[in-house]
Amino acid sequence: MNKNHPLVQLTLVRFREFIREPEALFWVFVFPILLAAGLGIAFRNRPAEVLQITAVTPELAAPLRTEKLLDVRQLPLPAAEAALRNGKVALLVEPGADGAVVYRFDDTNPEGRTAHMLADRALQRAAGRVDPLASTERLMREPGSRYIDFLIPGLLGMNMMGSAMWGIGFTIVDARRKKLIKRMVATPMPRNYYLLSFLLSRLLLLVVEVGVVLGFGALVFQVPVHGSLASLALLCALSSLCFCALGLLTASRVQTIEAASGLMNAVMLPMWICSGVFFSAQRFPSAMQPVIKALPLTAVIDALRASMLQGASLAELTPQVAILCAWLVISFGLALKLFRWR
Amino acid sequence: MPETATKAALRVHHLRKTYKDVVAVDDLELEVRPAECFGLLGPNGAGKTTTVEICEGLTTPDSGEVEVLGLTWQRDAAALRQRLGIQLQETQLSEKLTVLETLQLFRSFFRQGADAAEAVSLVQLEEKAGARVGSLSGGQKQRLALACALVGNPDFLFLDEPTTGLDPQARRQLWELIERFKLSGRTILLTTHYMDEAERLCDRVAIMDHGKVIALGTPRELIASVCTEHLLEFSAGTHPQPLDLAALAALEGVRDVRTENGSVRMQVTELHRAVPALLEELGRQHVPLTELRTHSATLEDVFVTLTGRHLRDE
Repeated sequence: MNKNHPLVQLTLVRFREFIREPEALFWVFVFPILLAAGLGIAFRNRPAEVLQITAVTPELAAPLRTEKLLDVRQLPLPAAEAALRNGKVALLVEPGADGAVVYRFDDTNPEGRTAHMLADRALQRAAGRVDPLASTERLMREPGSRYIDFLIPGLLGMNMMGSAMWGIGFTIVDARRKKLIKRMVATPMPRNYYLLSFLLSRLLLLVVEVGVVLGFGALVFQVPVHGSLASLALLCALSSLCFCALGLLTASRVQTIEAASGLMNAVMLPMWICSGVFFSAQRFPSAMQPVIKALPLTAVIDALRASMLQGASLAELTPQVAILCAWLVISFGLALKLFRWR
Repeated sequence: MPETATKAALRVHHLRKTYKDVVAVDDLELEVRPAECFGLLGPNGAGKTTTVEICEGLTTPDSGEVEVLGLTWQRDAAALRQRLGIQLQETQLSEKLTVLETLQLFRSFFRQGADAAEAVSLVQLEEKAGARVGSLSGGQKQRLALACALVGNPDFLFLDEPTTGLDPQARRQLWELIERFKLSGRTILLTTHYMDEAERLCDRVAIMDHGKVIALGTPRELIASVCTEHLLEFSAGTHPQPLDLAALAALEGVRDVRTENGSVRMQVTELHRAVPALLEELGRQHVPLTELRTHSATLEDVFVTLTGRHLRDE
């Protein structure tokens, strides 16, 4: 390719401006890794926890000790009550009238509820109950179903949105403020090359950006990629272009950095909150679901999760791909119409 | 070819542009001849930049015609862009690029022209070729902006206040570069509010005020037109009788006499006659001289005479 072609030169300029900006490098490459590492550590899967409970008689304490997930201390009643009150134990077991058992616990506390069920099962079995249904347990701790597996596609989507919108929005508004856009338009430069150079440089940087996040997830947390790499690459490219177009539209008329910054945040904030980066978007009321599903970031993250974690093919992701294409075409079309070249 | 048949490099006819209720350009007529350096001189807000940006195809006029190098923006925009070199008033080039990279970018937009490295040496920035634009001084940035305008080897160069805000040395350096471009026989349209810049660089000058041309000609013609060839100023020491100003005004070659802050200002057409006559007359009146100065009238004096205001008044 001819190095002196205007499109090559413009793309090179985008590239140089980006890599010579240390802050941008940090936010795009280092920040998502720090975030993933922090959250990955905070939400790592721990072995099932042993719950502390107390029983007030040795007759009750002995059968309870057969349950491995309970740590039983036998205490006199006043001390046992104090321990329950200040949260040192999750459950207090005491004898009731006529040989019955009384459980005291806080039913709003999941630990209390779990301890109650475990303690009751242990005492009932010790008293001779036989479960009518035989059951076995298979423990799910393999990669693909942990929080970090859920998180990495979310972070990837958020990162693609942030870098495309900030990268394009700030550069354009800054160039407009410095009258650089006007200066470019005063040359024979084809105007569509100017806008195209942003998309091209973004796609090139995307390879590094996606690689860093996925590579980190795979190496450190063994986050799987069940779907094909080709469809993942296509999804990322489409997502990034979609956010580029949205960034162009957001920056199409803005004159100052402050206004751009506010507008960018206003556009991205609903997606940070609703699109399911850190927790499932299903948690929002069902009345909001159609709107949330139509947001580009929701479509990106849903598609990435389905592809990476469940191995969904592009054909299965048609709804999400359609939403992204619609955003891309509409935003880019509007941006071209509204763009202020001076 | 007869003089009248020569095509003008730039022709502006009945040009008008208003912003809200401000008339920026008011029925303007202008003609720039090929290979001349034409100056638009005027205070801030006179409509110079609006006029230039309409000629550059960056602003659309409300009405009127503009023809550059025989072409119009409506029909021949792409061809015209290739032949113009443009420097805008307040462009800040990308700070993170180097001088050479900036020129490579601008060069890539033009079909022909010097290569980027040649453009660097054209404006004597060789030592700074690898330096980031952000590290350049004001004068160096302005020279780079000039190089960006020259890199497409233009037939017509537009310079909008090329030396505003520069120190005297940087201005002189830029003037030398512009003069060198002039020698190559291409046309320049330059705006400025420095009269010394217009006098030094421009073959012809149009003085603009409130969107109109109020005077047009070579700098010498303009100065001669207000008849204030020279100014003579003197201060007198203590003397017994008051100065007889009427006698001074009657001297040969003197047009006007005024007192200003204790000194006397005289407008003089023929300095070589007025000075001896003045000395003789002061001797006759027994008035000792403590100071005597002369200076030639400038475009500034022309502007003051025409409008009653100074160029630099905001």
